[in-house]
Amino acid sequence: MECSFGLTGKDYVLLCSDMSAGRSIIRMKSDENKIKTLGPHLAMAYGGEPGDTNNFAEYVERNMRLYHIRNHYPLLPEPASAWIRRTLAESIRSRHPYSVNLLLAGYDTTTTKPHLYWIDYLGTKAVVPYAAHGMGVYVSLSTMDKWWFNDMNKREGVEVLKKCVDEVKKRITINFNFNCILIDKDGIHHINIESEDPISEYEAAQPKDTVVEAPNPPLDVGVTA
Amino acid sequence: MARRYDSRTTIFSPEGRLFQVEYAMEAISHAGTVLAVLSKEGIAMAAEKKVTGKLLDLSLAPGGEGMGGEGTEAWMGGGGEKIFLLNNNILAGLAGITSDANSLVNFARNSAQRHLFTYDEDIPVEMLVQRLCDMKQGYTQFGGLRPFGVALLYMGWDPIYGFQLYQSDPSGNYSGWKATCIGSNHSSATSLLKQDYKEELTLEEAKSLCLKVMSKTMDSTKLSSEKLEFATMTLHPTSKQPLSKIYKPSELDGLLRDLELGGTEEDAVGAMEGTGGGGGGNVAIST
Repeated sequence: MECSFGLTGKDYVLLCSDMSAGRSIIRMKSDENKIKTLGPHLAMAYGGEPGDTNNFAEYVERNMRLYHIRNHYPLLPEPASAWIRRTLAESIRSRHPYSVNLLLAGYDTTTTKPHLYWIDYLGTKAVVPYAAHGMGVYVSLSTMDKWWFNDMNKREGVEVLKKCVDEVKKRITINFNFNCILIDKDGIHHINIESEDPISEYEAAQPKDTVVEAPNPPLDVGVTA
Repeated sequence: MARRYDSRTTIFSPEGRLFQVEYAMEAISHAGTVLAVLSKEGIAMAAEKKVTGKLLDLSLAPGGEGMGGEGTEAWMGGGGEKIFLLNNNILAGLAGITSDANSLVNFARNSAQRHLFTYDEDIPVEMLVQRLCDMKQGYTQFGGLRPFGVALLYMGWDPIYGFQLYQSDPSGNYSGWKATCIGSNHSSATSLLKQDYKEELTLEEAKSLCLKVMSKTMDSTKLSSEKLEFATMTLHPTSKQPLSKIYKPSELDGLLRDLELGGTEEDAVGAMEGTGGGGGGNVAIST
């Protein structure tokens, strides 16, 4: 009973996930953040077996952070996706596999290109311009097939995403709340996808008010004053 | 007195020195010179071959005529003695004991492939340098029989820092350079490089600086492919991916003729004079 989607634009990538947490038909929470920031320009929306999801997301987060601390630069989206896929592929062949599906979104600062990866618990990885996991697949993929095009600007991208959210609300019996982020050269920012005009709201806001804290390693620790 | 501390690699002498490590570095300063110059467009590296001679059969060996080349062809043996391709994006020039060097090259290639396996990308240059240096450092602290008697110059490209040039020594220290040199006469070569290096060098200028300094450093006045290996690391003009090139002997002679540093047929025959690996000192093992 979950739903997430992502899409790439000209110089950014959007990631959107529902916020419900529960078991079977029971919802325990409707404000659970299921998007994890993994670096200054990397985030993932994850779903699957409750428990596995959080555990795996934290495992990935800490490994990305360790890489950043060791090498003084973050892992780029492409090698990060390969590492996550490899981890899941090894997990599925172990005694206690993780049952986690995820969408990995990142902005490559060296090539200034957005990246989106569709990854599932079997260790499948697909490089995609737009993608979905969960219930939303049935209605949002066709919506994105129809409306997505190459090199969309931010307004166009958010509008397509909003169409997907609307379609989910219209066609799927379950009522979801949505959480959305945008990754571009300036880092990770929050988008209020539930509002009437998310992109105007985003552009009007101060960048510091929408920024999503990325796990930068504390390189500037020490006595400063 | 000092002799008491000579035989152990991991024990400090009363003056606070590790003699075995210092001796290993000394061995390298008798080895063939390797020097490299960094430019915005790419990196050039030249290395002096010590084991030559007309009785040496190089027809099937790496470094023989027809070996070397550009891109994937560079894997075909490479320079044979001094210059090796460690990964698609990293070339290394080695000075020291050849057998130790071979073992390090194998380790480096293994590390690079392991990185490719987990991350599906070429290993970043500094990371590979660190891998090798971690191992070299281990022999100065945890022991073994002796440290690796090898110094390396690494030239490579990665998307984070672009072209990079590193040097490492038997103690496990490494550092990044714009132009540097290891092996015999390295101090005089380094001061020549310091004099003539300019920021904003083109690759052609870097290649010529590399070979000019090499010609002043080496004993023989005329250079030729008999006594030299040469390689460059650039970016492919269209794909913008790293492109390594190990020069074939004929290509190197052409380049030397263009720079008027030798490379002619007569020089090639005259220069080596059949030293055949038995020349001065222990050149047979220390190259």
